[in-house]
Amino acid sequence: MATTECLCAEIYSKIDEIVKTKGAEPSSLIEVLHAVQQEIGYLPVPVQQYVADALGLPPGTVESVVSFYSFFTTQPRGRHTVKVCQGTACYVRGGKRVLEVVQKQCGCGVGETSADQRFSVEVVRCIGACGLAPVMTVDEDIYDRVKTTRVTEILEKYE
Amino acid sequence: MSDINVTINGQSLKAEPGQTILEVAQQAKIRIPTLCYHPDLPPIGACRVCLVEIEGERALQPSCSFPVRDGMVVRTHSAAVRKARRAVVVLLLSDHPSDCTACVRNGNCELQALAEELGIREVRVRVEPHGYEVDDSSLGVVRDPDKCILCRRCIQTCEEIQGVSSLRIKGRGYDSLIGTAFDLPLGDAVCVNCGQCINRCPTGALTEKTAIPEVWAALEDPELFVVVQTAPAVRVALGEALGMPPGEVVTGKLTTALRELGFDRVFDTDFSADLTIMEEGYELVKRVTEGGVLPQITSCSPGWIKFIEHFYPELLPHLSSCKSPQQMFGAVAKTYFAEEAGVDPAKMRVVSIMPCTAKKYEAARPEMRDSGYRDVDYVLTTRELAQMIKQIGLDFAHLPESDYDDPLGESSGAGVLFGATGGVMEAALRTAYEVITGERLENVDIVAVRGMEGVREATVKCGDLELRAAVAHGLANAAQLLDRIVAGEADYHFVEIMACPGGCLGGGGQPVPTSMAIRQARADAIYQADRSLPIRRSHENPSIKRLYERFLGEPLSEKSHHLLHTHYTPRSKQTVETETE
Repeated sequence: MATTECLCAEIYSKIDEIVKTKGAEPSSLIEVLHAVQQEIGYLPVPVQQYVADALGLPPGTVESVVSFYSFFTTQPRGRHTVKVCQGTACYVRGGKRVLEVVQKQCGCGVGETSADQRFSVEVVRCIGACGLAPVMTVDEDIYDRVKTTRVTEILEKYE
Repeated sequence: MSDINVTINGQSLKAEPGQTILEVAQQAKIRIPTLCYHPDLPPIGACRVCLVEIEGERALQPSCSFPVRDGMVVRTHSAAVRKARRAVVVLLLSDHPSDCTACVRNGNCELQALAEELGIREVRVRVEPHGYEVDDSSLGVVRDPDKCILCRRCIQTCEEIQGVSSLRIKGRGYDSLIGTAFDLPLGDAVCVNCGQCINRCPTGALTEKTAIPEVWAALEDPELFVVVQTAPAVRVALGEALGMPPGEVVTGKLTTALRELGFDRVFDTDFSADLTIMEEGYELVKRVTEGGVLPQITSCSPGWIKFIEHFYPELLPHLSSCKSPQQMFGAVAKTYFAEEAGVDPAKMRVVSIMPCTAKKYEAARPEMRDSGYRDVDYVLTTRELAQMIKQIGLDFAHLPESDYDDPLGESSGAGVLFGATGGVMEAALRTAYEVITGERLENVDIVAVRGMEGVREATVKCGDLELRAAVAHGLANAAQLLDRIVAGEADYHFVEIMACPGGCLGGGGQPVPTSMAIRQARADAIYQADRSLPIRRSHENPSIKRLYERFLGEPLSEKSHHLLHTHYTPRSKQTVETETE
């Protein structure tokens, strides 16, 4: 993954490649954004403008789409993604408190990334494991019946 | 033959395939309330105010976008419809600021009118408005997002009519916000200040940046000599904002009202439109005969000027170097007129009444100071003038009529044509024909360039020369024409482009609402005003002749170039620059 601070020529040439593969037309927008986010990790304003120019779209249209779908992010992503379920079952069985602790440990709010770029914190509305509530995930790993006291131990596994 | 039968509220109606329920109802004078629907825009069914009950349909459907079918039975005001419609409007009101009395659209707001029509006396769900900041960074257009009901008409207008796409919707649900890309202040965004979004905004979320307080202050300052100019399109629309029907020519009442307001001289932009024709006509003749850059494109419409600067900077050499009539007027008022009248130009203020919000930006351009002062000090839209007329309690419809003052008040019918799409072309051709051929043009009504088609073409025989002309109005139409010029598929001599649909008469400073029917009524009034004038050709205007004799010399003279011509600034169409080190 490219660094998040410098939007150097290298990144723009990668976007050019992606646009070439997907087709330089307005209808490729969502696919291009997916691929670009996969490459860079997030979609900052200059990247959105660049994609808009490449596809012949107004920048506002690109921003509309980016802001509509929760999958897209305009903030740099952490190395690991923590998702805490706030579906009904998880919520009533302590998911809310788990989320509070996760945010405190990471030092950032939902939709944000910790200062050391280690974690991005997100909320999910159900992952279909209500019997194991409350549930949280870190990257591809699922943790069930999470107690607030276990959060530190879970997060420590991820560098 | 292909007719289909529809029943609306028990009335049997004939309809054509492809028509929407709303269209069929409107033809039969059955009112269905609407909010996001606008006759100039394709329907999107966003607001759900126009819901109707259709027999056999599971849910209520939006009539603006629902096509009719043979045998369809529709009820527009059943109990279920009334309940749903009311719920929709109550929810729109739930986070809408309720201080209607302090809103620029008080009395002319579609949301307010709808609440009245539905008899809403209580808004049971009330949440605080978002508390968004008012964006008054633009010299033309002010945005107040708290008053926005997310109907998206402004977005559609900016994208589909103007091809500018400055506005977009961001986010989802309660957090949805209409604004510029990347939340730039409008003053920094790629916006041409045309104000077409204002004309189609149902509420007070979009309005012009007002100059009313500054103009009152100037009028009340005994040290200042305040002159006013009125654009051609103002006289055919002002009445609408003061209780008169569209299409009334109110020139004589307008001048009386301006004197009542306290202006020291009441002059006419039609005069400087005639002056523009002299300069621009001679420029065209020069380009055609001496092999200059062709086509020459008109430069009167400041929304168009900013558009070409952003989107087609490579075509800037095609633009006529002539300032717009507004700016020519300012430069002449503070030099020639100041001299003739013995007024100190430092103590003179020039106010414009314009159908236009982009004129506010134009007047503030740094290059528009050739008189040695700011050439035009304040610009008021037609709407703002109507407001000031109300403020002094004039019964506008019954005002006596009066004439413009000399020496900048006399004009030809060609000058007034500037208010309609194709008008500058027609006015220029009336003069260019006679300059090129040295013969008198028998019929001054060049109807080939009139009309409301988005792009029109005409060939006019001027002696040996077949002068090829094209006219476009609405910037999306203009872009089509420009793309053909760029591609080398069009070889015109002269092109007229106006930013707004219908030309200035449909400008972003004109009374709200707007529609094709209203613009057509204003256009008919423009041609009526032209016909009613004894002089129909700009070069025969005695005041213009005198101006050249006493002051400018001849068209394209050095003095003309200094005062009446300008230059342009290439700009980027990118909202943010993507170039990095």
